Amino acid sequence: MASHPINASKYVANNERMHWHDKALWFVREKRDLAAHGIPEWEKLREYASTIKTHTMNKLDFYLEEFERNATAKGIKVHWAKDAVEHNEIVHKLLKSKNVKKLVKSKSMLTEECHLNPYLERRGIEVIDTDLGERIVQLRNEPPSHIVLPAIHLKKMDVSDTFHEHLGTEKGNDDPTYLTRAARASLREDFLTAEAGLTGVNFAIAETGGVVVCTNEGNADMGASLPKLHIASMGMEKIIPRLKDLSVFTRLLARSATGQAITSYTSHFHQPIEGGEMHIIIVDNKRAEFLANEKYRQALNCIRCGACMNTCPVYRRSGGHSYEHVIPGPIGSTIAAFKEPEKHSSLPFACTLCGSCTNVCPAKIDLDSQLYNHRQDLAQAGHLPKSKMLSMKIMTYLFERPKLLDFAGFMARKVVPKLPKFLIYNKFNVWGKTRDIPEFPEHSFKELYAKMKKEEGVKNDK
Amino acid sequence: MTSKELILGKIRKNNIVPQIDLPEYDNFGITYDDKFEKFSSVIQTVGGDAIVTSKEKLDDVILSLYSDEKVIVSNVKESKLGNFIANDEEDAHNLKNVDLAIVKGEFAIAENGAVWLKNNDNRHRSLYFIAQNIIIVVKRSDILNNMHEAYRQISFDDKGYGVFVSGPSKTADIEQSLVIGAHGPKSGYVIFID
Repeated sequence: MASHPINASKYVANNERMHWHDKALWFVREKRDLAAHGIPEWEKLREYASTIKTHTMNKLDFYLEEFERNATAKGIKVHWAKDAVEHNEIVHKLLKSKNVKKLVKSKSMLTEECHLNPYLERRGIEVIDTDLGERIVQLRNEPPSHIVLPAIHLKKMDVSDTFHEHLGTEKGNDDPTYLTRAARASLREDFLTAEAGLTGVNFAIAETGGVVVCTNEGNADMGASLPKLHIASMGMEKIIPRLKDLSVFTRLLARSATGQAITSYTSHFHQPIEGGEMHIIIVDNKRAEFLANEKYRQALNCIRCGACMNTCPVYRRSGGHSYEHVIPGPIGSTIAAFKEPEKHSSLPFACTLCGSCTNVCPAKIDLDSQLYNHRQDLAQAGHLPKSKMLSMKIMTYLFERPKLLDFAGFMARKVVPKLPKFLIYNKFNVWGKTRDIPEFPEHSFKELYAKMKKEEGVKNDK
Repeated sequence: MTSKELILGKIRKNNIVPQIDLPEYDNFGITYDDKFEKFSSVIQTVGGDAIVTSKEKLDDVILSLYSDEKVIVSNVKESKLGNFIANDEEDAHNLKNVDLAIVKGEFAIAENGAVWLKNNDNRHRSLYFIAQNIIIVVKRSDILNNMHEAYRQISFDDKGYGVFVSGPSKTADIEQSLVIGAHGPKSGYVIFID
């Protein structure tokens, strides 16, 4: 497992593509600003969202049970999965019971988190991702690089090559409309022949026992209204108490995500299609642990709009794949470091602590504070690279001994400027790889201050 | 112990999230002097369009927009253009050749150009997505300001399926270029009648 800085250094090596990616996401961020500024009560909406989520997390057990009761009364079957494995087993069992050979899926970061596709494919079930961006990365055998814009890292010529290879489109034709039409034709066949559809869940309403899915393409609805079997997978934090609370989230979600006023389709599923079955799987997979932690609990309030990635200066320049986590960017970094600190220890450092993520988050999650806290926690748990741990130990030793620090500083000011370049800029000086060390002043601040005080004293004596 | 008990137990054991009250949304949210004008300008930005006409002229307007469509489904009583009765079909897959769906919208929302579709008389909800083109017919007086007003009108006391539709289906997954017509309809109009 490589760390974020190593992956990112490969990504930024292609300077032109890095700037292109940066600009593409900044464009989305600007659209978000325009949409948000068009709503005078925007900040109040964010406060409401944060309040609803906090209220719900406090009573999560109550609302989940209420949801199950109401969904069951509407003829929907509710399942509970403690982890990814159990989730995948439930899906597989349901598909097997209906002899499903082909499953059409709409976007679900949860199934990415659970690695559902390879699990089902190993068991002989064909899985088709139907969101265009997800289909593109699926054909390329890549994970999505963004939660809302899965193929944002690709240029249209990349897509053209992929479609030429897999869908037989003209070689070199990279017209987005042409490519989209080709995918539409191919996926329409899949919608019409699949025996089951799986969707994610944007919101689950405890009061009514139904789930809401938001898409622009209409793929979730095609998948959930043609086959007789509809499975909806949801992380348990997706629950909201009342139908009317949706008014807050449907106003925030698309505006924060892409700058649209609302997604093309906001579908409310409260029963299976005629003669069909609808199943909802509620998944924990290490979510309950967040509730017990004051520093990180707000991460559960996320509505997965992706605004924090679009604004993040590190994400925009390092690309989603550098994070090697199902959810990249600021929210992904804090979730990853909380769930698997050892594996994802580099992510909280892929952050400038600028706080822009926190400023745009529609649920007002304290993202920058969380990433800052992770750094201390990771250091205490011993998950930092040895070189970083060692240099921090040395610095601590020095800072605790003012005399020694003065002496070290004095020596450094005398010696470093005289050293040959190769001794200063070598592989141990990671910081100096792309930066010059500033010129050393002749005197330290402490010396200057003492000198000034002395001179003042002389002046006052006169 | 079942997974449900396990999960609920874990939630109850360590939950330190503070208890706070839910907000209320009475008299909350942006309003518009001319709701149609706002609706119309928003829906145009997402590849759709809004038209106002009378009951009598509805079919003429539709024919002026779509003259070549062959298989037409209508569940709007003011339109007589339907030639395929979707509700008679047992299997939703049989709707795959529908060129144009003319469907009833419950109300429209000015702030985001969306229309609420929840018609329990419509047997196959796939009609809204499988049709190549869609026309949603809404009463001129049924335009609300914002989503808070909208959810006051919505209920799922019965079972059912409802969807907010804003313009035709679309995607921008290839280099952020907006393409109208992803998996659902390739064009979409909202027609308001008196």
